[in-house]
Amino acid sequence: MAEIRLLMGNEAIALGALRAGLRFASGYPGTPSSEILETLAKEKREGVYAEWSVNEKTALEAAAGAAMAGARALVTMKQVGLNVASDPLMSLNYVGVKGGMVVVAADDPGPLSSQTEQDTRHFGQFAKIPVFDPSSPEEAYLMIADAFELSEKIHRPVLFRPTTRVCHGYASIEILADLPQKAPEGFTKDGGAWVIFPRLAYQNHLLIEDGLEALADEWSNYRFNALSGKGKKGIAAGGVSFAYAAEAVEGALQSGAECRLFKVATYPIPERKALEFLDGLEEVLVAEELDPVIEKELFRLCGKHGLRVKIRGKGDGTMPRAGENSAAGIKKAIAAFLGLKEEPTRVFCEEAPSLPQRPPVLCAGCPHRGSFFAVKEACKGKKAVFSGDIGCYTLGNAAPLNMVDTCLCMGAGLAQAQGLSKIEPDAAHFAFIGDSTFFHTGMPGVLNAVYNGADVILCILDNSTTAMTGGQPHPGTGKTLMGNTAVKADIYGVLKALGVERIQRVNPFDLGGARAAVEEALQGSGVRALLFEGPCIALATKKQPLEVLQACIACGRCARELGCPAISWEKGHKASVDGLLCTGCGLCAGLCPAGAIVEGGKNHA
Amino acid sequence: MLNLLIAGVGGQGTVLSARLLGLAALEKGLKVRGSETIGMAQRGGSVVSHLRLGEGAHSPLIPLGEADLILAFEPAEALRALPFLRADGRMLVADRALQPSGTPGYDVAATLSYLKRSQPGGFFLSGEEVIARCGGRSLNVAMLGAAAALGFFPFGLQELEAALHKRLAPRTIESNLHALHFGAETAKKGGN
Repeated sequence: MAEIRLLMGNEAIALGALRAGLRFASGYPGTPSSEILETLAKEKREGVYAEWSVNEKTALEAAAGAAMAGARALVTMKQVGLNVASDPLMSLNYVGVKGGMVVVAADDPGPLSSQTEQDTRHFGQFAKIPVFDPSSPEEAYLMIADAFELSEKIHRPVLFRPTTRVCHGYASIEILADLPQKAPEGFTKDGGAWVIFPRLAYQNHLLIEDGLEALADEWSNYRFNALSGKGKKGIAAGGVSFAYAAEAVEGALQSGAECRLFKVATYPIPERKALEFLDGLEEVLVAEELDPVIEKELFRLCGKHGLRVKIRGKGDGTMPRAGENSAAGIKKAIAAFLGLKEEPTRVFCEEAPSLPQRPPVLCAGCPHRGSFFAVKEACKGKKAVFSGDIGCYTLGNAAPLNMVDTCLCMGAGLAQAQGLSKIEPDAAHFAFIGDSTFFHTGMPGVLNAVYNGADVILCILDNSTTAMTGGQPHPGTGKTLMGNTAVKADIYGVLKALGVERIQRVNPFDLGGARAAVEEALQGSGVRALLFEGPCIALATKKQPLEVLQACIACGRCARELGCPAISWEKGHKASVDGLLCTGCGLCAGLCPAGAIVEGGKNHA
Repeated sequence: MLNLLIAGVGGQGTVLSARLLGLAALEKGLKVRGSETIGMAQRGGSVVSHLRLGEGAHSPLIPLGEADLILAFEPAEALRALPFLRADGRMLVADRALQPSGTPGYDVAATLSYLKRSQPGGFFLSGEEVIARCGGRSLNVAMLGAAAALGFFPFGLQELEAALHKRLAPRTIESNLHALHFGAETAKKGGN
């Protein structure tokens, strides 16, 4: 009997890649892509190598090397990670590969957990690289094998672009037998074919353009580009929006409506199939997330072939231009497009009580809270700017801490602080960066600041993990993705080697000591570093939760200043600690003017 | 097809409970499709899992007004999820409130009362009691037990037990089985 497994989309991508003979995988964690490599590590398949690289650029370069030696190679990242990896990717398309190489860049419409709503399909157009766009986990499982096969056939890398609802969607999936596997041929020098030179770039540019044109035709027969239905109205959809549309169209057909449904799963879009879809249509509605890629391709084809078809979508404002699509939103748009009577939404007889906002917050017991608070206290009454970076500690921007004034992209904080300090020298300029981000792209910023004589205070928030994405190891942890022991990169030593002279280690839970260290750094000049070391609560052993004694004077300082989710307090009432959330970190106890917060479970008579 | 929505706050274990329900459905030979909230929102934000069991689902998300069941681990999250529920849908709510930190809280009594009036068939489980009797990390599994006992699912406690064994670390299985059965017993007694 066939084996059916319940798989998250990212697990399906990993298992699909293994089925297709994957040999080498690399990547950098980023929501919604992180579970792909974690699944490969869990599967521990013989002969399959997988690593967390220090950033997306190194990940892609390493995979390119493996693919040049003939291995099937996979690189994973989130959409903004592709910006970091874009330099090698652009060139690699001109140089080519031997083994199949698939770059998974997971897009995040919404965005739910990202800085931008960029569309990797556009990146594919820009880089002239074919893109696969799966609409469900089971499709992703099958399609990743097609991606390897295509890459090997055209000798160029291909992009694979799932979105959050595919990555973090799940489905019961039939596990298929492995495809025929072959050992990598090994690297052959090929008379300089692997060395990018202007002449080679020109020749290959021509080949790339021809290849994309041929692919647009060939993909008209691809099983995941599909056409169904009849009538004068048509709906074109890609990615998870196709799944929403398919369900809505099923309902519409049942109520007697008529329409065609065109599923687009690739870039370049399948040209012949698209023309077949457009032939005889009066009006098209395009359902896709992020950029209007399918929509503009249909416009282009109508222009190229002189077709008169009205195209509705993001361009005319029929569909939302930003944010995530929903099953409900697509259903409504399709009903309106087909002129169906709108189903009444549920009406409630009275107005509902107002709902609380739940912005994401630093966890109870998070070491970053102490680090931010120490800097805040030491800077009271002083002019200071706090540059932030990407990670859990971006959440330090929220009230009551308000300690992140800027956040741009991975590794940007220190260089931004440097620029700020040149224009505004009368303020103190701090830059906060986490340990994984420091190794990712933070180190060049430090060297730049030292080299150019910047006057900045670098606060490294070292919690010994890549916390926001679920706790992946990095060079500072001394562990690899596969669980092996590695040389442990020492942040202190790296800073020394980069030329930072004043470095101080700080315990973020020791409020007095941490504040004193910041005050001392404020006195100095040049690049000074404070190394706040405290493990993420996911790694630390939880201590006895704290308790609030009767001695509490109801001042609310603990709740008002720290913003710890374990503390609640209302004006005029004593504070209380939620024993389920509290980790016993003791930060609030150190702050309490009445000494009323104490270690729990003891007799404090 | 059965559409089931699980709503809670990051850290309450919605992702795991959706996975357990999916595995239990798989035990019964049902098709499963769904979607989870993972990432930044998990840090104390509102989290929702969509689960669709049986034939015919294309979308991983449930359209508004089409959920047959809601399991809500927190009253405000039940209210937030309510527009997804069919007028004749069923709802199980844990009544223990989690107030957000740093932003204004909400009126718990008014919320519970509104939920009871808008969804008369709703069932309310005492979160405090579950935590007191089964421990702080057990609410999610107790909710599954209660919902199973109320006949919410196309499978029973047996399939859920099998899913627990499949998914959880051996050292946590006993306490979770305890929570599962505590939830089931409470629901059978009629709750509040």
